[in-house]
Amino acid sequence: MRKLLRNAWPPALALVVLVVAWDLAANAAHASLSLPGPWLVLTSSWRDRGDLGAAMWTTTQEALLGIALAIACAVILAIAIDWSQAARRSIYPLMILSQTVPLIALAPLVVIWFGFGEAPKVALVALFTFFAISVGMVQGLGSADLDTMNLLRTMGASRRQILWRVRLPSALPQFFTGLKIGVTFSYVAAIFAEYVGAYGGLGYYMNVASHAFNTDLVFGAMIVTAVLTLALFAIVTALERAVIRWRPREELEGSW
Amino acid sequence: MSARAPGARLDVRALSKTYVFGGEALPTLERVELTAHAGEFIALIGPSGCGKSTLFRILAGLESPGSGEVLIDGAPLARRLGAFAFMPQRDALLEWRRMIDNVTIGLEVAGVRRAAARAQAAPLIERFGLGGFETAWPWQLSGGMRHRAAFLRTVLLGKPAMLLDEPFGSLDGITRSELQQWLLEVWGEVGSTVMLITHDVAEAVFLADRVYVMTPRPGRIATVIEIDLPRPRTLAIEESPAFGALEARVREALRTAAAPALAAGGLRRD
Repeated sequence: MRKLLRNAWPPALALVVLVVAWDLAANAAHASLSLPGPWLVLTSSWRDRGDLGAAMWTTTQEALLGIALAIACAVILAIAIDWSQAARRSIYPLMILSQTVPLIALAPLVVIWFGFGEAPKVALVALFTFFAISVGMVQGLGSADLDTMNLLRTMGASRRQILWRVRLPSALPQFFTGLKIGVTFSYVAAIFAEYVGAYGGLGYYMNVASHAFNTDLVFGAMIVTAVLTLALFAIVTALERAVIRWRPREELEGSW
Repeated sequence: MSARAPGARLDVRALSKTYVFGGEALPTLERVELTAHAGEFIALIGPSGCGKSTLFRILAGLESPGSGEVLIDGAPLARRLGAFAFMPQRDALLEWRRMIDNVTIGLEVAGVRRAAARAQAAPLIERFGLGGFETAWPWQLSGGMRHRAAFLRTVLLGKPAMLLDEPFGSLDGITRSELQQWLLEVWGEVGSTVMLITHDVAEAVFLADRVYVMTPRPGRIATVIEIDLPRPRTLAIEESPAFGALEARVREALRTAAAPALAAGGLRRD
């Protein structure tokens, strides 16, 4: 707990400085419309909490479903690539290719294909987060210790036994690294898809608010997005600690 | 001890292996001949790079022999993978498995249920000085304990012959002699045939019934020295004149084995 406090005060201080600076700037500009101050953003968003909350929930669902889809695809493809040379040669280049297409340009197409519902958002979140997770997974599987695998082979272990007992556990740390990178894109991807065409969600909310010149609500939604993304990151970090129990604690807590 | 694995006779006949590097043939093992009678402890000693580990990799089934054969109780082995209990140089404990699950992994691979495997390991945990550490993660074990756990994993495989590749190489001197003494006791109880790789002369003489001295690459058996010290042996035997004489003979054999290579202007393309 004390460690937590010690680790928490520098970013907290930085945040306070930022908010104060924002407040001063907003006051100096006398421009409540183009640059609403923090207090105005807070009160307006609170007053609009019904709509904002519903939007948060919609986007969160899309983000989580998209991540789940990305994890499923990434793990299956990574294992396939790891298992067979043919799969590596055919799938791996495609995976990299999937990241070279401008996903932003893809968003309108995805909406045309899947309509205004949740499906295109989930698809876009999956596309944005898939790459980091799959690359982490492929790298992780490849990082398994050769001596250990050979030892299991001398015990008569099959390839599948080695996959389950050595390769998959070895891949976990890098899988989580990929997942942490992936989830930071998830809300942004969902919001972007909603911006292009939707009936709800934070992207839709921001779109409507900015068209009505409710910049305070746009700011509020932005802050909410950041907080939600951070929360998701924290959840993944906690999950990582729960799953990777075998490491000494210091190693996980980083080098503050 | 409940893990008796009566030893088998092990024969290596005219085993040769040649690697090809960049189009050039590199003979690594040349007609290696070894015999370990049932329940015997033999040691293989030689300079680094002489192909000792390659020999073990071939025996364990990780590589194919160029020519020659491996016999167990006089019969050629159909499948070498899974035939021997192999202990690699590094302990190769799985960091995500608790100690108890590390030592039973061989049983698990063989299809023994987890509970049954644990029950089989339980009476040996104490004997191996690992009592109370069943649920410890590998990083929480000392170097000596990690080695004992790795050795228990090897013993639990229950194979008639064990291949130990420099099992004590990375340990400090004190831990090392403790473990050597202890290894002899455990071996006496288990009764399996042991083949040990080492480049420590005293270790070879202290542990083995017979020491095979190898030449530098390409590895051949240069000399075989019978170690007729009485058993059971304790560390005190290392102070006896007989021990000193045997040690001197092995050292001399190693020097003689290395001489042609040195005379020919160093090691050929090592």
